[in-house]
Amino acid sequence: MTEVELKVRPIKNGTVIDHIAAGQALNVLKILGIFGTSDATVSVVMNVASGKLGKKDIVKVEDRELKEEEVNRIALIAPAATINIIRNFNVVEKRNVDLPNEIVKVVRCQNPSCISNTSEPISSRMTVKTKNPVLLRCVYCEQLLTERIADYLI
Amino acid sequence: MFKKRHVLTMREFSRDEIDSVIELASSLEPYARGKKSSMLEGKILALLFFEPSTRTRMSFETAMKRLGGSTINLGSAEASSVAKGESLADTIRVIGGYADAIVIRHPKEGSARLASEFSPVPVLNAGDGAGHHPTQTLLDLYTIKKESNLDDLSIALVGDLKYGRTVHSLAYALSLYGADISLVSPPALRMPEAIKADLSSKGTHVYETSDLTEVIEQIDVLYMTRIQRERFPDPLEYQKVARSYRLTPEFLAEAKKTLIVMHPLPRVDEITPAVDSTPNARYFHQSFYGVPIRMALLKLLMGGDND
Ligand SMILES: [Zn+2]
Repeated sequence: MTEVELKVRPIKNGTVIDHIAAGQALNVLKILGIFGTSDATVSVVMNVASGKLGKKDIVKVEDRELKEEEVNRIALIAPAATINIIRNFNVVEKRNVDLPNEIVKVVRCQNPSCISNTSEPISSRMTVKTKNPVLLRCVYCEQLLTERIADYLI
Repeated sequence: MFKKRHVLTMREFSRDEIDSVIELASSLEPYARGKKSSMLEGKILALLFFEPSTRTRMSFETAMKRLGGSTINLGSAEASSVAKGESLADTIRVIGGYADAIVIRHPKEGSARLASEFSPVPVLNAGDGAGHHPTQTLLDLYTIKKESNLDDLSIALVGDLKYGRTVHSLAYALSLYGADISLVSPPALRMPEAIKADLSSKGTHVYETSDLTEVIEQIDVLYMTRIQRERFPDPLEYQKVARSYRLTPEFLAEAKKTLIVMHPLPRVDEITPAVDSTPNARYFHQSFYGVPIRMALLKLLMGGDND
């Protein structure tokens, strides 16, 4: 994120997620579990011109410093995203997202015959086979999921 | 060598682990043929078949009884009432309190993995939907080892290679042994690309054809599978395909003398009864070998000290 963009609508404290693939901002919020009903102040900027991606989305979450493990899951749909932790208008920490080896309760299995798509008391669990491109394997039925991952967000 | 708590998929087996199961099965063969044993005396095996597979169930039951243990069964009526009401997780927790190990067959893929997460005792997967059936693969490998040779093997997998989980799992396991694999199927029933890619990435030589005559002279093992009528919308097309994949003694005349013919059974028309009396037929040996293989797994999972 450039200094200029930060100054457009700076936040005092919180987290700025930058370099989200254009069109994926709302899915990022979904993965983070931030919905209209939560009380966080959230700004979403979509289709901003960006040298790196052509166009990009930006999400700013005020007064909340997102933890590494909650943020890493967004690498599923926005592998180039960068996380900026803001304190008193300053970027105090900047990092990239890195997909963990296992994804729990984020993506459901696309196999309709999978036991994880029933009312059994289990959570969807995916092993990350490769990170780039993202290739997931259901822990239960071993079905692979690689395309249209956003369609299967829980 | 064998440290597993459950037997769920072939993917979790290393070659060393497969070898140790095969070795133990071989030493248990006399007991599988009737020699008295009390190795698992006092142990109880629960057989939870949520869909019918009488033969697999009987094979497990035989294996347990030959080792001196006993079995409890989920009747078909209970299976269907469970399927409607109680969760599988709860059923497993309850039955896990009665038995020393659980064998499960269930129509949903991944159900054996779920069972293993809730069971206080070892779980053996006897088939989960279109998913895995590892004991079938292990008995296939055992048959090859006993009746042919697992090293430098050239094998043809014939029939429905698209939907047949047996052949997917077997092909994967054979890749651990560096086998040369010929995939022989009608074009519409070819093995899925992802599975072939997985085999090639392990250095396995894979050859694909729809004509068995191309490979019959070179192979050591001919593994036949059933081509299901339902896969073909056009009955005439099915007839044509079924005819071209029907094994006869005349056809076997082209093969090596030592060739063995395998089939997971039941067969329909793909092996004519006249093949049964050729020296190549091994499919009935193969089904028997399911007993020592399952005995070996039961013993490995349930311990049993008094041998
Ligand atoms: Zn699944």
